[in-house]
Amino acid sequence: MLHEDAILTVPVSALDHVQGNAHAVVTLVEYGDFQCPACASAYPLAKQIQHRYAGNLRFVFRHFPLSQAHPYAQLAAELAEAAAVEGRFWAMHDWLYENQAAWAPHGAPGLEAGVRALGLDEAAIAATLRNPDVDTHIRRDFMGGVRSGVNGTPSFYVNGYLYQGDFDSLVHSIGRAIARQG
Amino acid sequence: MSMLAAGTAAPEFTLHTTPDQSVALKEFRGRNVILAFYPADWSPVCSDQLALYNELLDEFARFNAQLLAISVDGVWSHAALARDRKYHFPLLSDFEPKGQVARAYGVYEEQAGVARRALFVIDGDGVIRWSYLSPMGVNPGAAGIVNALEALPSNNIQKTLPADVAQEVP
Repeated sequence: MLHEDAILTVPVSALDHVQGNAHAVVTLVEYGDFQCPACASAYPLAKQIQHRYAGNLRFVFRHFPLSQAHPYAQLAAELAEAAAVEGRFWAMHDWLYENQAAWAPHGAPGLEAGVRALGLDEAAIAATLRNPDVDTHIRRDFMGGVRSGVNGTPSFYVNGYLYQGDFDSLVHSIGRAIARQG
Repeated sequence: MSMLAAGTAAPEFTLHTTPDQSVALKEFRGRNVILAFYPADWSPVCSDQLALYNELLDEFARFNAQLLAISVDGVWSHAALARDRKYHFPLLSDFEPKGQVARAYGVYEEQAGVARRALFVIDGDGVIRWSYLSPMGVNPGAAGIVNALEALPSNNIQKTLPADVAQEVP
């Protein structure tokens, strides 16, 4: 079901990481934490949804690191932002979720494997990680999520409404939204 | 008895947070208090809800607000939970007489013998300014709390927020 009380308060903008058709009839926004096991489980399912609805779907990822529960979630989010400066946000996003079980127990050294796997310039990444804009972006995502009613991770918004339920019904909910507007 | 509403004086209480420490509501006069009643330590929804609030303590502090979470669990359960989840706020034990404080706020669930999932924002004068009852299994998030804190007359927070955060206010 779509939760009528919890509405995305921060519209999708040029500040966001966006995949897919900019004019798609459905926008799916995920608030995620790279060290969250439930988010890693949702990752292939979100990919399936993107594949299934292709041109009808725009996918947006926003950071919601629960740093006390997941000690390396913030660093992983920063790393994704540093990769974004090199134009590789989605490559890092995918690597972090696909390899979560491998890097999460090892923290920073585990994450360095991602920098190497993507062939990123380690010095450039390290310099970006020191830039306060990176933290600002993550904090902006986080607080925007809080104000939008994000209550845990992952949280998904379909055309601005918080979705609560299992994945199959999320797929149906997106299918219906496309049918209505298409 | 139904849940206490905005405008009501918040009932006073003193509850243990650890075997040898207790917290009284009146200690927080002059500051805002967020009271989060929850049914039980260790249950999944509670943990997610409190994990979220645990990330927001700095944000609450900017609103001059202290978070106090309350359940009927004993102090040793609270201590183990707080250590395991790295909570940096007090868990209050409404254990003896069981549920007395939850009853005073009108949020005791008689049949299950636990506190309901209820939120209160209390101002520096000890008056309830906002309250919200969530269905038992539903994590209410923090949007309501942040909006309620922002609406307090003492918190004209817009002036003190960094510009990029202030823009998010709808």
